[in-house]
Amino acid sequence: MSALILGAVLLVPALGAALLAVLPDDRIGARLNVVVSFLTLACALVLLGERPAPGPFLIVDDLNAVFILLSTLVGFTTSVFSASYIAHELDVGHLTPAYLRFYHAMYQTLMFGMNLALLSNNVGLMWVAVELATLTTVLMVGIYRTPAALEAAWKYFLLGSVGIALALFGTILVYLAARAVVGEGLDAMAWDVLVQHARHFDPALLNLAFVFLLLGYGTKVGLVPLHAWLPDAHAEGPTPISAVLSGLLLNVALFAVLRFKSVMSANPAALAPGPLMVTLGLVSVVFASLMLYRRQDIKRLFAYSSIEHMGIITFAFGMGGTLANFAGLLHMTLHSLTKSAIFFCVGHISQVKGTQRMAEIRGLTASHPALGWSLVLGVAAIAGLPPLGLFMTEFLIITSTFAREPALAVILGLSLVVALGALLARLNGLAFGEPDERGGGPAKASFAPIALHLALVAAAGVWLPPALVGWFQHVATLLN
Amino acid sequence: MTGQLAFDVAHLFAGGLVLVSFLLLYQDRMTGLVNIFALHALVVSLSVAWQAAIQDASHLYITAAIALVVKAIVIPLALHRIIVRLGIHRTIEPVVSIGQTMLAGIGLVALSIMVMLPITAQAGTLAREDLAFALSVILLGMLMMIARRNAVSQVIGFMSIENGLILAATGAKGMPLVVEISVAFSILVALIVIGIFLFRIRERFETVDVHLLHEHRGEQP
Repeated sequence: MSALILGAVLLVPALGAALLAVLPDDRIGARLNVVVSFLTLACALVLLGERPAPGPFLIVDDLNAVFILLSTLVGFTTSVFSASYIAHELDVGHLTPAYLRFYHAMYQTLMFGMNLALLSNNVGLMWVAVELATLTTVLMVGIYRTPAALEAAWKYFLLGSVGIALALFGTILVYLAARAVVGEGLDAMAWDVLVQHARHFDPALLNLAFVFLLLGYGTKVGLVPLHAWLPDAHAEGPTPISAVLSGLLLNVALFAVLRFKSVMSANPAALAPGPLMVTLGLVSVVFASLMLYRRQDIKRLFAYSSIEHMGIITFAFGMGGTLANFAGLLHMTLHSLTKSAIFFCVGHISQVKGTQRMAEIRGLTASHPALGWSLVLGVAAIAGLPPLGLFMTEFLIITSTFAREPALAVILGLSLVVALGALLARLNGLAFGEPDERGGGPAKASFAPIALHLALVAAAGVWLPPALVGWFQHVATLLN
Repeated sequence: MTGQLAFDVAHLFAGGLVLVSFLLLYQDRMTGLVNIFALHALVVSLSVAWQAAIQDASHLYITAAIALVVKAIVIPLALHRIIVRLGIHRTIEPVVSIGQTMLAGIGLVALSIMVMLPITAQAGTLAREDLAFALSVILLGMLMMIARRNAVSQVIGFMSIENGLILAATGAKGMPLVVEISVAFSILVALIVIGIFLFRIRERFETVDVHLLHEHRGEQP
């Protein structure tokens, strides 16, 4: 029974993709996309209750259960947002029904790829799944066929492929390290076996492998200086894809890094992975918070904000320790929810205004109160203002760092203040002041996903269910 | 078959691949570049077939066949057509001069041998030297992607990286999923080539030169 559910989490999106690829009617396609995403979410919820025993290819443990739940939840809400977003794009003529069919099929293929990457118990299988997820997003980023979109897709493709190639070389090295101890065959690529036997592996080989894996999957996380593809891909693709990229795909790549980190930490003779991750994370936070100034495109602004937050999360996991891991995990969850909610708002805003240039968007709270105030709340959350959830996690990360590395905590804290200033200055122009005349029509928006995400984030700042805290704390100790 | 002979032939192919990577670096014409890439793919498929024979791993013959058919025949033919259609058979557009690129390439090969040999001392001799060669091919491919501006030569650089990875994966004896991974890679490469062909990247934007990328960002003052 539990094995059946495990298969369903993968099969439902895969079958959905096949069905959506052949279904000619685009209105039904959008609805079917929502239904399939909902079914996947339902299967994931059932999966939480009963854990099948780990097989040679698939595994469910406490760590990936967090990621799977988050992934299917945001996948579902984004499909709801996507339905109204895409209907508008079709009306305006940005997309034709043929492209739409392709878009929906790719959306479910992406979900399949991400779920497979999260559930895989095999380093090679995970690599193939991450590659699949990358390819589908590349195709979707270029879907508008404008020169800018094609260029963004091409850049993402080249940088993503090189990253993926590096990750594969790292994977081969891990296999070589494991083969000497575990023996040939599938066992030498299985997570549970790798972690169990990691302390006997050749440390030099593991070190080299981790450098390749961190650079390879780090490209997909969007860590500076490997981030060049990220702002373009976010800005030029359809907004639902920006939401899924920021909210989910970056997490999947980070998940891969975390898996290999736990193999590294299980071997006392190997290089400690923490300092490498702390450095990359901190550089990303500092760089991205400075880059938030002088942005002119609204989606690009929030893309840089994603780099900043992935930097914070990588930093937290790099610091390690139960408290920092707990805060990092919670920060990741809340960032996914907040950032996708912001992209939902931004998608509708750019549709009613007909532009993504921030200079041409003013006074949203007056002209479109619901959208405007949602954006205000979302930006306040992402900037880390109390009492919202991200304030608490950032506070936890900084205080836990302060006890061990005060200098790093100061740098991190200052960067967060710098980012806060940039975001609030931008928000002031976007949301307040005199509304301009352009595109004053009422928004045909779907507010349910935005409201759900923001309510969860706001609630998390005030009260967390003890069951959730217990679960995350357990995962945090596992990650040490 | 004596062990020594098996070993020597495997080395011959792996070393040959590094040599062909250098040949790729100093091509100054598109057609020559594509032909040398076909040779690169041929050497890799021979190397994989040899590994399949000496390791008694018959599934590796599939990988060898894919490398031969897709990368040594189909993709070079497609690239030749693209080059003729787009009229770019003379332009190679190097960023730095070819002499400097070759010097950098020699440095990278030395680096990869110095990194890999001490680290992989415990792995078998065959695996460790194969890995050093594979890393050289990967680094040379990256060098080519950086040193060339044209989209087609960047793709060839990427495919030579992929050949290096296949060399590494088949050299790691008994690695599972090698065939699946090589199929996944072939899909990736095929998509890149279709991408160039269908979207006429050169027409939309001539290069993936970073300086020109700023044009569409809408961020220039």
